[in-house]
Amino acid sequence: MSIDTKKAFGARDLSDREFFYGHKACAGCGGSVAVRLALKVLGERTFTVVPAGCMSAVGFIFPQLAFTSNAIISTFAGTASMLSGVSAAIRALGIKDAHAVGFAGDGATADIGIQALSGAIDRRDKIIYICYDNEAYMNTGVQKSGLTPLGARTTTTPATGGGSAARKKDMFEIVAAHGIDYAATASVGYVQDYINKVNKARTIEGTSYIHVLAPCPTGWGTEPDESIEIAKEAVDCGLWYLAEFENSDYRLNRKPKEFAPLEPFLKRQGRYRHLSASDIETIARYRDEKWRRIRRWDSQLNQDTHQDAPLASS
Amino acid sequence: MSESARVFVSGNEAVALGVRLARPHVVAAYPITPQTVVVERLSDMVADGSLKTEYLHVESEHSALSACMGASVLGARTFTATSSQGLLYMAECLHYASGGRMPIVMMNANRSLALPWNIYNDQRDSLSLLDSGWLQVYVEDAQEALDMIIQGYAIAENPAVMTPIMVNLDGFVLTHTYELVDVPTAQSVDRFLPPYQTTNKLDLGAPKNMGFTATPADYTEFKYQQHRALLDSARVIEQTDEAYASAFGRSYGGLVQSYQAEDAELILVTLGSVNGTARVVVDGLRAEGRKVGLVRLRFLRPFPARELVALTRHARAVGVLEKNVSMGYEGTVFTHVNSAYSAETSAPHVLNFVAGLGGRDISRQDIISMFDQLASVDPTSERVRFVNLKLQII
Ligand SMILES: Cc1ncc(C[n+]2csc(CCOP(=O)(O)OP(=O)(O)O)c2C)c(N)n1
Ligand code: SF4
Repeated sequence: MSIDTKKAFGARDLSDREFFYGHKACAGCGGSVAVRLALKVLGERTFTVVPAGCMSAVGFIFPQLAFTSNAIISTFAGTASMLSGVSAAIRALGIKDAHAVGFAGDGATADIGIQALSGAIDRRDKIIYICYDNEAYMNTGVQKSGLTPLGARTTTTPATGGGSAARKKDMFEIVAAHGIDYAATASVGYVQDYINKVNKARTIEGTSYIHVLAPCPTGWGTEPDESIEIAKEAVDCGLWYLAEFENSDYRLNRKPKEFAPLEPFLKRQGRYRHLSASDIETIARYRDEKWRRIRRWDSQLNQDTHQDAPLASS
Repeated sequence: MSESARVFVSGNEAVALGVRLARPHVVAAYPITPQTVVVERLSDMVADGSLKTEYLHVESEHSALSACMGASVLGARTFTATSSQGLLYMAECLHYASGGRMPIVMMNANRSLALPWNIYNDQRDSLSLLDSGWLQVYVEDAQEALDMIIQGYAIAENPAVMTPIMVNLDGFVLTHTYELVDVPTAQSVDRFLPPYQTTNKLDLGAPKNMGFTATPADYTEFKYQQHRALLDSARVIEQTDEAYASAFGRSYGGLVQSYQAEDAELILVTLGSVNGTARVVVDGLRAEGRKVGLVRLRFLRPFPARELVALTRHARAVGVLEKNVSMGYEGTVFTHVNSAYSAETSAPHVLNFVAGLGGRDISRQDIISMFDQLASVDPTSERVRFVNLKLQII
């Protein structure tokens, strides 16, 4: 395993400077925490690309521009492709020690921008792509995206119809299937893990992808001061997971022995309040199914359980 | 005047040679007939080391232009090429690049639009994007294609312009036709076209936020500045043409080019490669003593209204020949020409010839017939005329 999780990036290593400051995000916005922390890890020699979506809508309203380092809005579908161009220009112009980082919502990543992301990974362009996943199109008023989870209420999957019937694409596995240089999942509820992963991504010669769960109080129907706790609970109850992919190996960073109860996690969020006991059972069943897969690909666990089984045949 | 090499190449190859001479930092493109040869030749040049550029083989035209934009905002010189469906696929990015004042040069092989599918030439692709804020030039031959790629950078990157430019070549007719082309030396092009310099870029030494949101309080002013820049580009286009003439000995006359128009009673307004055929027709008719002439619109953005009126106002009738129609009204170029005359107290009679759609050949006889129709124009008859329309099969 070449993933170095021992070299932690501590709070003291974070830049004192603010690179995303004075923006208009709602109180408790998980996405803005993800952007702020990542930029503190990456530092001032960074070119940031943000597509249409909440982070650009709250950060770039002329003349109130909230990024203190270089930043630009891309088209909704064009995060990765614009980053590819930035990265190519960094090389062509001989700019040293600079990062090209993107912060795209779940819709910008898993739906309209998945083609450009796939192309960038295929070319191994040196970019850091961070998907802040608030599980819906928030900027346009909370519509369902390809990453809206089963049962969640959005304005296009109303509670009266049972919420979202789709089960949420697994972007981590999708990018891993490209043979990407580095991919990780994270949660703003596990800050140390997230900043370690951003720190890891900055060292990668090729494409890195970090998928960070980032609660949205406005869209999820939660209180602003609950965001970090909810982001943590999502991992603890097994609806989200912390993992890495590098050199064709998967690794689980957190292996829950048992899951925290689902119901309190779901019911504290307005978007799940309509769920019945049997809906919650269904969600639990899909979660367990997912974890059977996760445990299969987690190579560490693999070695523990089936000594000689090669990854591919597991 | 500097030395040059004469080569026998297609329009597409001439474009690739022009691109190599312009030394872009980043090229991003996606293949589509009839532009593909450009993409392939540039790949060959990168492979043999004669073109030092970051070449991105992107997965769509949207990404091609998006990548060019990402590179352009860091101060890199960029190039892309497309056609037809690809041009429309990147439509969102066209407005984005011009609004962001990114001086990207793009070659477009003019091709029809589906449905019905058709890979051959007309001009409905680029004409449908006249409002995207790009400069649009339509070249007549491979030499002009090469020259306008090089001039394109000089024009687009001029601080007064800072606007992307689309260099249009008629698909197949021009892209795939071989001609003798003069290729200037790299040194002479380097003298004519210095490296791209701008402060309007993302810069580690002077960080900026670009591509932002503007509210109703400021949006109009951004658009007005863009509009002004396109209007002002007319002067830059003319100056660039003159500078190019003194460096390389070739001048195209700026926004428009006329042929035998000074004393002509009947004038045909053209766009692109058909002008070559039309010139032969004019020579023939002139030999018969008929006073006919041509005005080729080289640029449609900025639109040369003043120049067009000055060159045609004395004529009895003017025909606008275009490979395009804006369904439900008339040809878009025709609308522009009429609008140019609208400020005049008297104007020639005007006819619109819609021809060459989906690659249908426009023959000399067709053009002779256009002049005949202009000669006998009756103000009460239909002004928009589809050339060689086969009513019997409809
Ligand atoms: C091509 C295009 N289609 C639609 C939109 C409208 N739009 C802007 S942001 C957005 C939703 C963004 O959702 P997501 O990417 O999940 O980010 P979030 O707003 O949740 O942060 C949509 C649909 C657009 N700007 N461009
Ligand atoms: S709507 Fe949600 S994602 Fe958007 S700014 Fe508010 S909290 Fe953040």
